[in-house]
Amino acid sequence: MTNAVLTTDLKTSVVKKKEKVYVTTLKRLLKNKLAVAGMVIIILQIGMAIFAPVISTHDPIHQNLVKSELPMFSENHWLGTDNYGRDVWSRIVYGARISLLVGITAVSLGLLGGVTLGLLGGYYKKLDGIIMRIVDLLFSFPGILLAMLIIAILGTNLVNVAIAISIWSIPTCARIVRGSVLSIKQKEYIMAMKSLGASDFRIMIRHILPNAMAPIIVFATMRMATAILSTASLSYLGLGAQPPTPEWGAMIAVGQNYMWTSPHLTIIPGIAIMLTVFAFNVVGDGLRDALDPNMDIN
Amino acid sequence: MVTLSPKSDQKILLELKGVKKYFPIKGGILKRDQGHVKAVEDVSLQLYEGESLGVVGESGCGKSTLGRAILGLEELTEGKIHFRNEEIQDLKRKEKLKFVKEMQMIFQDPYASLNPRQRIGHALEEVFTMHTNMSAKEKRASVLDLLHEVGLKEEHFDRYPHEFSGGQRQRIGIARAIALNPSFVICDEAVSALDVSVQAQVLKLLKTLQEKYQLSYLFISHDLGVVRYFCDRVLVMYLGNTVELGTVKELFANPLHPYTQALLSAIPRPSVHTNKKRIRLEGDLPNPANPPTGCPFHTRCPIAQEVCMVDKPAWQEIEPAHFAACHFAGTKI
Repeated sequence: MTNAVLTTDLKTSVVKKKEKVYVTTLKRLLKNKLAVAGMVIIILQIGMAIFAPVISTHDPIHQNLVKSELPMFSENHWLGTDNYGRDVWSRIVYGARISLLVGITAVSLGLLGGVTLGLLGGYYKKLDGIIMRIVDLLFSFPGILLAMLIIAILGTNLVNVAIAISIWSIPTCARIVRGSVLSIKQKEYIMAMKSLGASDFRIMIRHILPNAMAPIIVFATMRMATAILSTASLSYLGLGAQPPTPEWGAMIAVGQNYMWTSPHLTIIPGIAIMLTVFAFNVVGDGLRDALDPNMDIN
Repeated sequence: MVTLSPKSDQKILLELKGVKKYFPIKGGILKRDQGHVKAVEDVSLQLYEGESLGVVGESGCGKSTLGRAILGLEELTEGKIHFRNEEIQDLKRKEKLKFVKEMQMIFQDPYASLNPRQRIGHALEEVFTMHTNMSAKEKRASVLDLLHEVGLKEEHFDRYPHEFSGGQRQRIGIARAIALNPSFVICDEAVSALDVSVQAQVLKLLKTLQEKYQLSYLFISHDLGVVRYFCDRVLVMYLGNTVELGTVKELFANPLHPYTQALLSAIPRPSVHTNKKRIRLEGDLPNPANPPTGCPFHTRCPIAQEVCMVDKPAWQEIEPAHFAACHFAGTKI
């Protein structure tokens, strides 16, 4: 090859430095005002969870019966106290920790199971039938009912709540991943990797999974909202966090007895749950819109 | 077998014996097999070390399937493939790895054949990760050598496939194919997706690499002009069958099979003096799931006789090193 030919090829080629997919996605996401609001709420909540000991004003489980059922904006207790005189603000702050922790654990476990099943089912035709029937079976249970069943078997505590919610996330996730795998495995670069002698494991992990990430990210964000809501629901029903753990759902359960005298005991944790779920949902929606044009970057 | 090809002094690298590839058609409620698409029907041929064998034919004639079958990407329905005198068609993946290093493929669409989420430097490094025990430093050095070899630069290492032009992407595809020093490379329509000017550059690169590394090519193409320039021998396929095989010089000067004659007459000629009539074939390619009886070409053949509808013509050496499958081989249309 002569040098002259070589340089023309390099010069005539349009080598435009495009941004990385993740940068463009973030830029698009930042244009969506609702998603930005959601991200702010999520960041605040993460900050609350991390710096809980610093920003809380009292010990969240310290009882002070002299100061029970103080209304909002009382001295030292700007969100008031509950029936045992515990500071509501501090409990909300520590509650953020629990919600996020359970949510993240549940979603990660769900992703682990769902992605594995989805990858295997989508990639190996022989496994597909079996795996998808298992998934169908899991799908046939109503979500909360399945979670209650699992907790009934495993016992009531937050770890089991996380496990229950994760099991309930597996089928949806498996279906989403399987769908992407089915389309990606037809691509020529997978054929190219096979012709280079790549193992199935390498093809799945290094080549299929990175290209199936977009829908998985959207699913994980949306599922965080559901997981946090389910944790609160289960705790409200007495199946999750046990007293005196400062969990938002459990707080509502206790507060409802004092709804007429001290409505802030139910309203404040309610608002906390609502804001968090709302935030994860709008960010998930925003991510979907932002990732969509990129899902098929070919 | 007597093969007086100009390269007959050279060793046979790859030999196909009666290779067949049928794809089952499934249908009905019970997903039963309802016949087969006969993509490759009884192909036997030899490929010598250092030669370029062109494979031409219409779309759907089984050229690409043949290439994939040789690499083991499609399981054979029947037949044997010998590579350096070893049977390779039934090997398990692990046993096959040593042949993978020897046989590589360059794909038609260079963009589709690169993972869009992988930097091309890493894509090339991965080849070494899979087949060698090189350290990270050695791998990077080897990749940079490869990039230089195919006419790319060090700065391209960290770029993604979408940041390249078509020609550059095909160079990356070539770099990946030659990374392990193979002796045999299948070019599946390797230049069809490129502009004519870039085609020439890529073909030149392939030639240079062939001389440097003694590569053999199986050059699958539908572009007769490219094949004429690039290959030593040409195999013409029709409906999964081999129709004619000969040296480029022989086959282009003296096509024996009516199908080859029709194909060659379709090449545009930039001349006002020669007034050669174009042979027009009537009708479409028959359905490969239900191929015609006898000679597969008889439905469109201008010189077909009754015998063609009944007897399938044998694959025979009509002239030295020039094979064809036709009852009336050599008849000019």
